Formats: sequence, C-alpha cells, structure tokens
Amino acid sequence: MTSDCRAELELAERIEAIELPLLLEALHQRYGYDFRDYAPASLLRRLRLAMQAEQLTTVSAFQDRLLHDPACMARLLDTVSVDVTAMFRDPAFYLAFRDQVVPGLQALPHLKVWVAGCASGEEVYSLAIVLFEAGLLEKTQLYATDFNARGLAQGQAAIFPIRKMREYTANYVKAGGQAAFSDYYTAKHDAVILRDGLRRNIVWAEHNLATDSSFNEFHVVLCRNVMIYFTRKLQERVLGLLYGSLAMQGVLGLGHGESLHGYPVADCFAAISRAEKLYRKLR
Amino acid sequence: MKYALVVIGASLGGLQALRVILSALPAGFRLPVAVVQHRSPAAGAPLQFVLQEACALKVQEIEDKQAIAPGVVQLAPPDYHLLVEDDHFALSLEAPVRYARPAIDLLFETAARCFGPQLVGVVLTGTGDDGAQGLAAIQCHGGLALIESPQTAQAAAMPTAATAATSGAIELELARIGPYLVDLSLQ
Repeated sequence: MTSDCRAELELAERIEAIELPLLLEALHQRYGYDFRDYAPASLLRRLRLAMQAEQLTTVSAFQDRLLHDPACMARLLDTVSVDVTAMFRDPAFYLAFRDQVVPGLQALPHLKVWVAGCASGEEVYSLAIVLFEAGLLEKTQLYATDFNARGLAQGQAAIFPIRKMREYTANYVKAGGQAAFSDYYTAKHDAVILRDGLRRNIVWAEHNLATDSSFNEFHVVLCRNVMIYFTRKLQERVLGLLYGSLAMQGVLGLGHGESLHGYPVADCFAAISRAEKLYRKLR
Repeated sequence: MKYALVVIGASLGGLQALRVILSALPAGFRLPVAVVQHRSPAAGAPLQFVLQEACALKVQEIEDKQAIAPGVVQLAPPDYHLLVEDDHFALSLEAPVRYARPAIDLLFETAARCFGPQLVGVVLTGTGDDGAQGLAAIQCHGGLALIESPQTAQAAAMPTAATAATSGAIELELARIGPYLVDLSLQ
C-alpha cells in the first residue's frame, strides 16, 4: 500500500511541477503580478488553500478560472498577500524602536517613513502611535504601500473588529505604551475606527516590491515579514530597492525571523538591534 | 549517506524529551536536524538555551532562508511556520494550524516533498495530533517514520495519533531515539 501511494503521489507532484510555472507565467502575462520568484513552499501552500476555497483540485483548473475570472484573481491575491496580523505584534520590536531609533529622529525637521507591504495597516498605525507618543507624528509623512489594492483600502479605512482590541491593548502595553489604548479609537457596534489624528499623515499607495522601483528617500523603512515570501534572489532585489530608498543614516526594520546576514547589502548597514532586526545605513 | 535530514516535532513535554535526545548526539553527528517545538508567540530565547545546555551540537533558532546544515540543531522560531525548500529553510506567517505556529505538519510535509526517502521524521510527546499527517506524508514519500513510545511520552496523544496515521512506523522509547538516530547517520 505504501508503494502505491508513493507512485501516485510522485506522479501528482510531477504534474504539479509542470503546472505551477505555467500558472505563474499566465498570471504575470494576464494581470502583471509576478509570483515567479516567490518562495515556492509557502506559495504552493497558499495556492492549495486558494484552490480548496474555490473547490478546485488541479492547478490547471485553477489557472483556467483565474485567467477568465478577475474576481477569482482578486480572491487569490488576498490569499497570497494578506497575513492575519495584529497591532503591536512583536511588542519587543516597537520597544526597541522607541528606545533606540526615536531619539535619533527628534532632531530632524521633518520625517519620511515608508512601511512597505503594509496590507491591512496594523503596522502603519502602530508606528503612527509610537511616533505620536514621541511627539514626532506632526512632522512625519508616512507612506503605506502594498501591491494589493483591496488590502490598502482596508488599511486606509482604519476599521478593526472590537474583539481584537484586547489583544492589541496587551501588545501595546508590552510595547511600552503608557496611554490608554482606547484613546486611539472610537467604538461603534462590533467595530472600532482609529482616530483621525493617527490617519492624517499617512499616504496609501499601490506599489509592488517585486516589480516596481524606488519612489522616494526615507529616514525609516519598515519591511517586516514581507520578504519571507520571496526567494533569496528576489529578496536581494528588494533589499537593494529598500537600501536605495533610505537616506544615509536611515533605519531599516525587518521582521523577527528575517536578517540582513549573508546578503550583499549587509556591508552597508550597522546593526542597531540585532535581536529586533533594526539596521542603520552607513554607506 | 542514506539520510540527509532529520525533522523532529514535539508539543507538551517536548522540552525534556528533546533534551534527552539531543544529549545523545555526539559533536560529530552528521545529519542536519530541524525541530518544531510548539511554543507560545511570546517565547523568547530560553528554549534555545535550555536545549543548548544538553547538546554538544550548536542549537540555533532559524532565520528565513537559512541553509540546512549538518552539525547544527536548527530550531523553529516562535510564531512562524517552518518550511523546507531544497537546501534551506523558509518561514511563513500563514495562519496557525490547529492553533499551532510553528506547526509540525508543515515542516514534515514540506521536508517530505524535498527529501523523500532521505528524510527521517520523529514525532514526540504532545497533546493534539499535529505531526500525524506530516509523518504519513514522510512515509508516503519513502522516508523513515519514528514515533516516541506512548509509555515514555509525557503526553501520549501525539504519538498515538501518529501511529494511527502511519503504517509500520518505528516506535521507540525516548532513551533509544538518540542512539537510533546516531546509527541512521552512519548508514
């Protein structure tokens, strides 16, 4: 029985290995989204999850629907680009940002900050709160970009389910927040909407890290847990893009499981916090 | 060498079980070892240090795209899924699987695809059934399936579920797992 399942499985996987590059090429040509250098293991899992949701069993059938039904593509985009996250997720990161990055920003006349791959906005608003509490938000222009327009719209709306507030509040406190987290939102039915003061200095725009180029120079760039979905080759491209988007002495923030270690641009940065993946551009 | 990677999954009771296994691995142990220990998102470095105390090999928390390397016990970081690709690890923030992130099944299934018959999978103590499907996938791809005996497991649910999901997996008392892996590494 084991050898039967093995032969069948190997055939299915061989066929899938043919179908996958065809699918990614098709999506690129049809819609301009380039997933060809996405990390294969996580991409395959997400494609499978999306296929299950569509009740399709082969990649070829999925390709058929994706090519002919843009709404299906929109659903796939959400599956591939949106991680469920939380405000002040990784509280230690925000603590390190407060303690080790914020002091150096006080002297700047104005501040430009880019959150790349912002999706539903939790990280952008968390950072806005940190900047507000440091008295920096007034002079800051935040750019929140993502390649998923629906995610951007959601982020811009600044609406979150009220049941998440307990987790967000706990995170906020662990991240060094001293105010009442509820000061930052107003509640309505089972949702909350963040206060205008937090939303005012944020520009939301479409930008695709895999295909687009640099569009400005920033004092702070956050790109956290976005590049884990890319191959090393694409990561190098994106790191080059982020490096090129940073002013000298600018700060780059990555996700907890990420690192500059082993990448060519690493030589251009010094670690501000190795544990929390904060780096300063030195050359 | 017959085998190229050992993947180990543990939940409740895993800390102690892993210490026993790792303490049996000599400094020259030749197989790369990857471990998913169910851990809370807030868990910090302590797990790594506790395991390091018992282990002659270096115990290291994995960073995204880190190479799969012998001579190191590579540990899934908290609150990420650990996946295997070709010759390196990849992290993911996909939703928790049965409340677990890292999930054992994801490590095992992705490792099975890449390593096939060169893979050894080990399911240890734990509640729930994470790892059962993954171990079945490892077997299905021609790899070797090891399960900690429910007699020694602090929590028997995971080993029991793994046994039910597989066919002819090798059941070992905790103290025999380390030496067994050493034997496999010499094949």
